[in-house]
Amino acid sequence: NPYAGLVSRLRAAWLSGKTRPMEYRVAQLEALGRFLDEKKQDILEATASDMGKPPFEAEFTEIILSRNEIHETLNNLSCWMKDKYTERNLVTWLDSAFIRKDPYGVVLIIAPWNYPIYLLLVPLIGAIAAGNCVVVKPSEMSRNTERLVAEVLPSYLDKDCFAVVTAGVQETTRLLENKFDYIFFTGASSVGRIVMTAAAKHLTPVTLELGGKNPCYVSDTCDVQNVAQRVAWGRFFNAGQTCIAPDYVLCSAEMQEKLLPALRKAISDFYGPNPRDSPDFGRIVGDKHFQRVQALLRSGHVVIGGEMEESERYIAPTVLVDVQPSDPVMQEEIFGPILPIVIVANVDEAIDFINSRERPLVVYAFSSNDKVVNRVLERTSSGGFCGNDTLMHVTLTSLPFGGMGNSGLGMYHGKFTFDTFTHHRGCLHRGMGREILNNPRYPPYTQKKMGLTRAASEVKRKGACTLL
Amino acid sequence: MERMQQVVGRARAAFNSGRCRSLEFRMQQLKALERMVQEKEKEILAAIKADLHKSGPNAYGHEILGVLGELALAMDKLPSWAAPQPVKRNLLTMRDEAYICSEPLGVVLIIGAWNYPFVLVMQPLIGAIAAGNAVVVKPSEISENTAQLVADLLPQYLDRELYPVVTGGVPETTQLLTQRFDHILYTGNSTVGKIVMAAAAKHLTPVTLELGGKSPCYIDKDCDLAVACRRITWGKYMNCGQTCIAPDYILCDPSIQSKVVENIKATLQEFYGEDVKSSPDYERIINKRHFKRILGLLEGQKIAHGGQTDEASCFIAPTILTDVSPESKVMEEEIFGPVLPIVTVKSVDEAIEFINRREKPLALYVFSNNKQLIRRVILETSSGGVTANDVFMHALVPDLPFGGVGNSGMGAYHGKHSFETFSHRRACLIKDLKMEVVNKLRYPPGSQKKVDW
Repeated sequence: NPYAGLVSRLRAAWLSGKTRPMEYRVAQLEALGRFLDEKKQDILEATASDMGKPPFEAEFTEIILSRNEIHETLNNLSCWMKDKYTERNLVTWLDSAFIRKDPYGVVLIIAPWNYPIYLLLVPLIGAIAAGNCVVVKPSEMSRNTERLVAEVLPSYLDKDCFAVVTAGVQETTRLLENKFDYIFFTGASSVGRIVMTAAAKHLTPVTLELGGKNPCYVSDTCDVQNVAQRVAWGRFFNAGQTCIAPDYVLCSAEMQEKLLPALRKAISDFYGPNPRDSPDFGRIVGDKHFQRVQALLRSGHVVIGGEMEESERYIAPTVLVDVQPSDPVMQEEIFGPILPIVIVANVDEAIDFINSRERPLVVYAFSSNDKVVNRVLERTSSGGFCGNDTLMHVTLTSLPFGGMGNSGLGMYHGKFTFDTFTHHRGCLHRGMGREILNNPRYPPYTQKKMGLTRAASEVKRKGACTLL
Repeated sequence: MERMQQVVGRARAAFNSGRCRSLEFRMQQLKALERMVQEKEKEILAAIKADLHKSGPNAYGHEILGVLGELALAMDKLPSWAAPQPVKRNLLTMRDEAYICSEPLGVVLIIGAWNYPFVLVMQPLIGAIAAGNAVVVKPSEISENTAQLVADLLPQYLDRELYPVVTGGVPETTQLLTQRFDHILYTGNSTVGKIVMAAAAKHLTPVTLELGGKSPCYIDKDCDLAVACRRITWGKYMNCGQTCIAPDYILCDPSIQSKVVENIKATLQEFYGEDVKSSPDYERIINKRHFKRILGLLEGQKIAHGGQTDEASCFIAPTILTDVSPESKVMEEEIFGPVLPIVTVKSVDEAIEFINRREKPLALYVFSNNKQLIRRVILETSSGGVTANDVFMHALVPDLPFGGVGNSGMGAYHGKHSFETFSHRRACLIKDLKMEVVNKLRYPPGSQKKVDW
């Protein structure tokens, strides 16, 4: 077991209690902030090398969104860490009942390649804030960022309690044989299953941030140009390599007619006449994914885009029409700059279509009619929901972020990350006196005691406390 | 296999019909459950008695009271639990609606245990129904009378398609676990817990595992020994020791060991009389297998009190072992029986170290007049839950989450925590299609000016 030494070293550090004081956690989090400030240029360069990530996108997601999480956490840490006193019932009225926020111990974070800093830091921030020791495994697919994280991040953090491990598939499998107290995984559903199966051997709780095909319903009543802009922005951001990107559009044939020129205009406004020349449009992360996405183009017809350049792993912002549910592009999460449009007659048909498939990470619905948006919200099930925009729900740290079914289990962002890496321990601190109050619970049982117990437990329906 | 597919398939179709989404429907089902518990009290107590030799008042107190309380709480709070929760917005979303919506998960599976066979099925069921799910209920086959009763009663009171009961043993449960659920709540032991989680992993099904372990009980020299031992005796020998949060073993200074024994003996006398076997309030071991298992734990031990057994009736007297070695068999597995080992430690430091060397337990108990000491023990250990200066009681506070950590489990329930366990908290952001000018900042072509703003 090549990682046994590392894990036991971190476990010893954990048992020493080093990561528990608030001052310690604050120091580590502030160091992460300095990492973002001092290494910003390196991060921009690394992500540009890895997937042609436009500097604007990298700054917004990898730097700014990560920094927001650090600030949110630092601003609220002392409050989050505090014991939460709860309501008591009559029997425990004079006692102290509270929820203690205990760290789990040694946790493992496995990060993906598409937002390699952001999706590594946000769980890490929560894990540190919650008082754990952490092993972080950045993705080997985003090679340059992986190298940056492995070489530079450890110097910002306490090496006794935090480690970065670089590992491919084989090594990750070996890593997962070790016992961790929590595992946080972001990636594909198929690997999510493997991670959870490995976790089951040690009864390790997990959070899995997976993916799926996020449907985007566009109703007939809407401001078409605005919709096109918001959808195009969400779809082509990071060259489509976003777990919450609108994966496909559902709309009527009439709407499609209006949407196509609007999409064409939006793409042109964003990236100019030749997106390949635009500094604001990314590339596919690796050859394997390039081949995979390229193959999906063999579905329906290309009406916008479709150009490719293998040497750069460039695929143009593309829109497909005449797409059938059975087409390759509708079988897997696209994770590329291709937007298929599937025709549905009306909102109910769209809802049925969505519900016949796996629950996605997010459902999008566009309409100027509130009722339509609400109908889609109420009749579907998904990790999250965003009406009349794409991606934005993720920027609100007060909203939990996570999937359902195939798109994942658990949630995070803001306080939810802290809670994810915390064991909420129910504690009751009683006094030794007033033993007489306990008498009814002890044997031998008499009619009188039963009567007392029953009477004391009369549960009133309206607003009463539960008695026992 | 086909039967399982059909049962689960029917439940899923019933869920998809949407009828369990409305709060009115859920309230109606909860009310029906309440009626069931009230109308069939006699039958329920009789089944529990047949399974565990538990007296009526005992069974009422342990199982029915809690269920009624949970039902009342759920019915009272459901509207507020289920209401959308608005969240704080930022500058970019100031004009939008942002809230968390609690939604049902779908079809959930509840696997019950045999030691409190009624409440351990009912309490999760209440939460699952309140959260709007369809529920497949699988009571433990070991407490066969209660299992059969649950199978008979639920269809009489609840929607039959939405809340089917599946009975059976290991083969049936294994088959059931191949089906796809949207959440599984399992109560039982860690070994099977791993099997449940591995099966759930195939479908990426979230799980709540209420497992067990050896819940330590530290008695400080500075405490009212008579009161402490009374409370410990109550918790240890209730249900003949077959409680997941029973104080499994005692840690105390050697100088008070004999006093502890004396106090427990006196309390046992008070509770069960001279002849424990004839007390109507003392239960029996669930079956021969567990009887033999617990008997085996007594080998080579110094029996300070008790030790009498009767295989025919699965009777094991309340037993206390002294000067127990940490390496002995009785200190290896969860006892789940009326055998109380005392392991001596010279200080609270040693006690903490002892506890931390072992798997994280479901419950931790500490008795002391010294508040600082109690605070320290809680701070320096980890466990599912804690009660200081008593046993069990943290499990009875509805607002405290009840669950384990590490080997003792994952997830939690009781009260509102049950509702949350069986719900999906869906993030919702509803924007306006207008005000597009605000969005221009984020669209390409990007520029330093935009970022700096």
